[in-house]
Amino acid sequence: MIYIQLFLAFLQIGAFSFGGGYAAMPLIQDQVITKYGWLTTNDFSDLVTIAEMTPGPIAVNSATFVGNQIAGIPGAIVATFGVIIPSCILVTLLAWLYMKYRSMKMLQEILKSLRPAVIAMIFNAGLTILIPTVFPSGFSAMFADVNFRAFVFFIAALILLRKFKTGAIQTMVGCGIAEVISQLLLPIII
Amino acid sequence: MDVKKLKKIFFSTLYLSTFTFGGGYVIVTLLKQKFVDELHWINEDEMLDLVAIAQSSPGAIAVNGSIVVGYKLCGIAGIICAVLGAIIPPFIILTAISAFYTAFKSNTVIKAMLSGMRSGVSAVIVSVVYDMSRDIVKEKNITHMLIMITAFIANYYFKVNVILIILTVIVIGILTTLTHEKKVKRSLVQ
Repeated sequence: MIYIQLFLAFLQIGAFSFGGGYAAMPLIQDQVITKYGWLTTNDFSDLVTIAEMTPGPIAVNSATFVGNQIAGIPGAIVATFGVIIPSCILVTLLAWLYMKYRSMKMLQEILKSLRPAVIAMIFNAGLTILIPTVFPSGFSAMFADVNFRAFVFFIAALILLRKFKTGAIQTMVGCGIAEVISQLLLPIII
Repeated sequence: MDVKKLKKIFFSTLYLSTFTFGGGYVIVTLLKQKFVDELHWINEDEMLDLVAIAQSSPGAIAVNGSIVVGYKLCGIAGIICAVLGAIIPPFIILTAISAFYTAFKSNTVIKAMLSGMRSGVSAVIVSVVYDMSRDIVKEKNITHMLIMITAFIANYYFKVNVILIILTVIVIGILTTLTHEKKVKRSLVQ
């Protein structure tokens, strides 16, 4: 039953994304691409791009998007509900425990150890977007098949972000426009 | 039940969720501005604790932040109003985009735009990961660096499930906290 699958998948995403923001990405990838095959890697890249450009948390945005793609509005409602339920329960529980004991030392220690693991997995999720973009045939055949234009855009975007402190949205839109120009306009002009 | 207060909570999170780009940490700061500095419904110290709880729990920080504020002000009814306010805007926006995505995915201009933006979003993620992992390296905590490297290898090369990695690290976190506390106690006795 698709609604139950959507609900359970996003329930896990909500329950295990520690650290907010990008922390949800590896879990979304794990459930939505690897386990259920609801999205292709390309769709996932587009989803992350869209989530980055719109207000709202990546986890909630993804739940709504994937739910809609797979099972329409009811699917979106079920998935979004699934992704926020763990928060509602765990945050309330923690707030209650905190009011009672006035200390969260243990929890904060655990979070400190979780952070490096989460960073590593975010990097891995980032690679699943980068590698098919720059090396369409995969990392192992990287020298045989390189999308040089995508690679140049990637490096240019990194320089913009790091050196010129350009905003994330502006940088991504810039790459999009550059691709549109080189794919569609340049052949006409030249 | 204070309907006026509930309405205020709902419309505050609705407004913040519609117009805030840049993720959960920004929203949490704006929630503080609204409920501490402007309305004086929560005092500064309490808000800091509530924010710590929101950031320590799994799930989207924006949703968690809304939950703690709602809970603090109006209990369960407050949670419901705050969470609905926080998720309705991304739900509507992503539902619209999802319909658009299906219809226009094959349009050549949109396709080129999205494929160009993949280079940009990869750069954004690489840049974020660079900043986060630099913080970990600066800590000079060997356990944390080992966790980061091992988690990456396990996730990337051995395709170990994300949730399994998180659970393992939670156990490591609990064990190191416990042994650390024992050591502190022992040194106090001596």
